[in-house]
Amino acid sequence: MTPGSPTADPHPVHEAEDPHLAKKKFLHDAAEHVRDTSHRAFVRKALGGYYTSRDTQKARYRDWEQARDAASLAKWSAVNRLDELLPRFVAAFEANGGKVHWARTADEARDIILGLLRAVKAKAVIKSKCMTSEEIHLNAAMEQDGYGVVESDLGEFIQQLRGEPPYHFVFPCMHVRRDEISDLFGKHLGTPPTDSPEELTMIARRHMRRLYVDADVGITGANFLVAETGQISITENEGNARLTAALPRVHIALAGIEKVVANLDDLAVLLPMLATAGAGQPMTCYNTLYAGPRRPGECDGPEEMHLVLLDNSRTAILADPEQRDSLHCIRCGACLNVCPIFKNVGGFTYGTTYQGPIGSVITPHLRGLADWNHLSGASSLCGACTDACPVRIDIHHHLLHNRRNAARSTPNRLERLGHRLFVTVASRPWLYAAGGAVFRNTLWLMKKLRPPLLRDWLATRDLPPAPPRSFRSEWRSRS
Amino acid sequence: MTTNGLPSARDTILGRIREALRLPAALPHMRSHAAEAAAASGAGLTILPADVARPWLPDGGETPAERLALLTDNLAKLRAEVHRVADAKAATALVAGIARDRGWRKVAWHDHPAVEPLATALSCETQQVDAGAFDKNALEACDAGITACEAAVAQTGSILVSSGSCGGRALSILPHVHVVVVSLDQIVATLGDALDLVRSHHAGRLPSMLSFITGPSRTGDIERILVLGAHGPKELLVILIG
Repeated sequence: MTPGSPTADPHPVHEAEDPHLAKKKFLHDAAEHVRDTSHRAFVRKALGGYYTSRDTQKARYRDWEQARDAASLAKWSAVNRLDELLPRFVAAFEANGGKVHWARTADEARDIILGLLRAVKAKAVIKSKCMTSEEIHLNAAMEQDGYGVVESDLGEFIQQLRGEPPYHFVFPCMHVRRDEISDLFGKHLGTPPTDSPEELTMIARRHMRRLYVDADVGITGANFLVAETGQISITENEGNARLTAALPRVHIALAGIEKVVANLDDLAVLLPMLATAGAGQPMTCYNTLYAGPRRPGECDGPEEMHLVLLDNSRTAILADPEQRDSLHCIRCGACLNVCPIFKNVGGFTYGTTYQGPIGSVITPHLRGLADWNHLSGASSLCGACTDACPVRIDIHHHLLHNRRNAARSTPNRLERLGHRLFVTVASRPWLYAAGGAVFRNTLWLMKKLRPPLLRDWLATRDLPPAPPRSFRSEWRSRS
Repeated sequence: MTTNGLPSARDTILGRIREALRLPAALPHMRSHAAEAAAASGAGLTILPADVARPWLPDGGETPAERLALLTDNLAKLRAEVHRVADAKAATALVAGIARDRGWRKVAWHDHPAVEPLATALSCETQQVDAGAFDKNALEACDAGITACEAAVAQTGSILVSSGSCGGRALSILPHVHVVVVSLDQIVATLGDALDLVRSHHAGRLPSMLSFITGPSRTGDIERILVLGAHGPKELLVILIG
């Protein structure tokens, strides 16, 4: 496949066909990935350097924990005043000469962008990494309408050539080996094989330069929207977003409404923390603030700047005070990097735009709890994600909240019966002792019969040998 | 309301937000009593991060000497190339020598008192981006771009450039080498200080682009291995004057 040809979504999920499809697919893919030890080793190795550099950078903070307080408060005060700050941002952004478009749903956002492309008679579109555009499946819609689009971020470019969505929302192709990239470039760009990451990067650099110059529309995301000044802030390492917002005649940015921060002081706290938590850097290489199109007196820049503000169920999360803080997420990816589940099942298994712990929290809100509650179980509840989060989102508790909400909305009769039985047994010591004796003496039978309830568990585990005496009788004999 | 009588997307979304926020959310769990007290008082929400967080972020240096040392050290760690010279004359000679040694054939620059002497003394071909119509093809063919800056940040080793005073948007990102001229009095402690400086400099009307540049362009997308020069400059030369 070449850039410009349709990007197939290899994980289409048609909820209507089978309500449990997403869950079945998750269980199937997870089992497959967990068995693939070489893949797991590769992902762990790729993340190895991250822990070291993150800790080095964290040590440079005079107090990382208190900086987290300030960052969480900056996002808390913005999200909880969104009714005031979002209109203020929009007014300031339009005063700077930009045009704002509002989209209630992914469909509306796609239609707005396609409408803009038609209105400006776009011929060639260059795009820099934007997870919100993955959320609304923008590339497929553009290609269907006949617009060629090239992803300029190296990782996204590689994923576009592979016809895959990002594996990790910050490190899109961290699962791909360099020899696979070399083959991919050979096939699509006709370049000779190489095993040097540097040479592979230079191939993409050379390929892309002409495309920046020739593109007439550049599409970017936005990491923050600054209410005070009406600027959008874009964080990136490669310089592709800067080129995308500098050379084409039209700049279109797409952002969720929750990206607002109050002012530049808050931004000055969040920018270094995003870099340190997400990639172990003091600052991401380019942190750029855009306030509308080219100004009179400036020598270059786009003639038009458009910003599409997307709701797409964010207001549903906002309406839940308990989980509202999941809108504080700055998409640093730290919770993925530390998550034992992510490292074992891999990014694709989630089948979501946002993978890992934060994705497991917000996806049920974005796509429906009934179909996506299984992600709430994709956690050991170890809390590593909550500990890693620079804006202190209570991630692992929200997974529990989602489990509770799912149990409330669709009660599982068998589970309820089980719990009632347990309460009955556990609150009567004689019955508990008798139950224990039954289990001790029939454990061998369980191994043999493999009852359906235990079959999944027993597929990869052995039951322990039954102890000859109960704990209580052991305890009594010792005292 | 739109013409067909249905609420517009804007009105729907803002209405949903107002409705959603009728239920208050608890404050985040904070470890610092100072932050919690300031937040609970209600008045301090917006000023808090500036006043309370800055002392907790990485050090920016108390004195000019400390700031210079931090900046130089951070730039070196970022694999930027730092040159310290006494005055503009020495800077001119330095950049002319570098251009000769590295075989630069064409160098782009912009009209600025700190940049002009350096650019006009070069023996190779030059292109001024802000003279006449902007030509992105010509700029793409340049080996290096020379710009001024708005500020340099000791805390992170970042250089702040703007489209207003640093030659527009493309000059500091499209050529393979970015040469940036920094005078010692432009060095500030923190990112917040740099933003304060640029705001006072442009008095209420910020340029359409402000960019913190922190080292040469980089990527770790292939097996998380660091490679410099992904799409932006492969080399960042910081010329400290003073």
